[in-house]
Amino acid sequence: MWKWLHPYANPEVAYHFTGKLIPWFNIIAALLLVVGMFMGLAYSPADYQQGETVRIFYIHVPAAILSMGLYFSMAIAGFCALVWQLKLAHAAIAAIAPIGAAFTAIALITGAAWGKPMWGTWWIWDARLTSELILLFLYLGVIALGNAFDDKNQGAKAVSVLALVGVVNLPIIHYSVEWWNTLHQGATVTKFAAPSMAMSMYIPFVICFFGFAFLAGSLICKRFQGQVLARNSLRPWVKKMALAEEH
Amino acid sequence: MNTSSSLVLTADNLSCIREERILFDELDLQFKNGDIWQIAGANGTGKTSLLRILAGLHEPENGNIKYKGTLIGQCNEEYHQDLLYLGHSPGVKAELTVLENLQFNLQLCGQNTDQCVQLLEQVDLYGFSDTLAAHLSAGQHRRIALARLWLTDARIWILDEPFTAIDKQGVKRLEQRVLEHADQGGIVILTTHQDLSLPTSRYQTLTLERVFAL
Amino acid sequence: MNPSLSYRKAFQAILSRDLTIALRHRDDIVNPLLFFIIVITLFAIGVGAMPNVLMTIAPGVIWVAALLSTLLSLERLFKNDYQDGSLEQLLLSPCPVFILVLAKIFAHWLVTSVPLILLAPLLAMMMNLHPDGYWALFLTLLLGTPILSLLGAIGVALTVALKKGGVLLSLLILPLYIPVLILATAAVDAATMNSPYQGHLAIIAALFFASLITAPFAVGAALKVSTN
Repeated sequence: MWKWLHPYANPEVAYHFTGKLIPWFNIIAALLLVVGMFMGLAYSPADYQQGETVRIFYIHVPAAILSMGLYFSMAIAGFCALVWQLKLAHAAIAAIAPIGAAFTAIALITGAAWGKPMWGTWWIWDARLTSELILLFLYLGVIALGNAFDDKNQGAKAVSVLALVGVVNLPIIHYSVEWWNTLHQGATVTKFAAPSMAMSMYIPFVICFFGFAFLAGSLICKRFQGQVLARNSLRPWVKKMALAEEH
Repeated sequence: MNTSSSLVLTADNLSCIREERILFDELDLQFKNGDIWQIAGANGTGKTSLLRILAGLHEPENGNIKYKGTLIGQCNEEYHQDLLYLGHSPGVKAELTVLENLQFNLQLCGQNTDQCVQLLEQVDLYGFSDTLAAHLSAGQHRRIALARLWLTDARIWILDEPFTAIDKQGVKRLEQRVLEHADQGGIVILTTHQDLSLPTSRYQTLTLERVFAL
Repeated sequence: MNPSLSYRKAFQAILSRDLTIALRHRDDIVNPLLFFIIVITLFAIGVGAMPNVLMTIAPGVIWVAALLSTLLSLERLFKNDYQDGSLEQLLLSPCPVFILVLAKIFAHWLVTSVPLILLAPLLAMMMNLHPDGYWALFLTLLLGTPILSLLGAIGVALTVALKKGGVLLSLLILPLYIPVLILATAAVDAATMNSPYQGHLAIIAALFFASLITAPFAVGAALKVSTN
């Protein structure tokens, strides 16, 4: 596998490869999101308890899942950066972090918006919301640390260490918050858990999830390209490209 | 001594980029037993970066350093036993006395601390042993750090501007010690802005030039 | 190979050096303690100092104050060593970084957390903590504060090269302290209600050992990045 992967560790190849991916990701994301949103927001049945507000689920849950998933992928990139000294992994971390933070924020905001009709208040210290909030802090820490360094490579390595430390702690934080929640509020708030989802809800949810996932992929590829350019600005291939752009 | 062990430290194809500026590129260096190397060059040409890369503190953009044929990252403990690096800052604690500072420096490398007072004599700090380092001058701080040179078992010395803030007499004694060490088969790599007063046949100079981006 | 190099000796050398430095800089020990006391006083004044209210919030307030005062003292852990160049010397010593880091963290814990643990019963009294909670508070602090030092050291090591690392440090580290905070306050709460809290302590102990084994590696990696 290493032999197959190796050519992609060249920044120039990776730059053009991700460039080719972006339009495909865009098309797939647009298709899936249009279909999924239409099915979810218009066609799927309203919940017999929650009514129409349940439809926020089609945005909230994909965003929440992606926010966690992106943190893990960032940690994997951090691992590659530390162990194999992959310079491209540095660019990947810097590309993923703000997108992950954005999805975390979306999950938080939609969660709060969902909470207003359900609980009558914008914020409740529900286990999932609290976990998302802490995840947002972790993301912001990663971004702030990366920005604090003048030297990009040094910053990227520091961020790699932090992302790995964070990913080890994430499950511990998650379970301790969940346990804390049951301790203090009792098991009353299970509205997000949707124990057995009807097929009519499940299919639009899956479509929406993949739509958001491809959207995230496209955004990350775009940011990744920018990061690769910024980190290789001294290389001849970047200069050649910049010159070609000018003419 | 066979040839393989006389090539103690080698650097292949080193390049260093700092703050988007190429400091040096494709540098190949070989350090043999008995060598004294002076790294020269104007400010900002990467002298300190080169020394830090050789010591393993700074990661080069490209290339690698081998100690006795092994990458230094893979023989940390062995390499650090054989290495004495003195950087820009002398690493002297203001809150500790001169003697405590020296003792700690020696303990950290597993050296015996019985002869500390004699060592202080070597660097003209005799009688200061119980003074807090906070009350001493920059030159005296450097002397505390340098005192280790008279006891160490380390063969490879990497000294970044060792003569800064040292008086003439001290410089002379230090050069003497450097020569002595090389004569015993050690390697000394140092940067300095002054000319060394050692016999020119005895040391090599590597001058780093400013590299401009392609 | 140098026969006189032993890990134990290196550990002791660093420990005694750091303790000597701390004892010659006594305000560094005293200031975080004063901060600890003042935060608790502010809480009592802020919430109105009704005995019942104080009693319910006591474990949380004491623990949050302990957490913040630990954070305040953390920066000292590597900052001075970084500035005067002795951190490089530590990293270049033949001894594994793991041992050096552990010695430094242990010294830090001895001078900052131990006085805090000793002071805690007094503040618990001021916060009107239920008498059944004292022993639990002591035990959770004893097991929990080393975790704070160990995790905090990672953050300090990451930010030591930065000029304005202080605020950033709290952003990096405080989220990681949440599990300890949750478990410790839950244990004290359980104790005041006369229910068993050994389970909580066991999990805190598990977290302690896990961070004892893993954190020094992360600190070592972070220090190498920072001195790069």
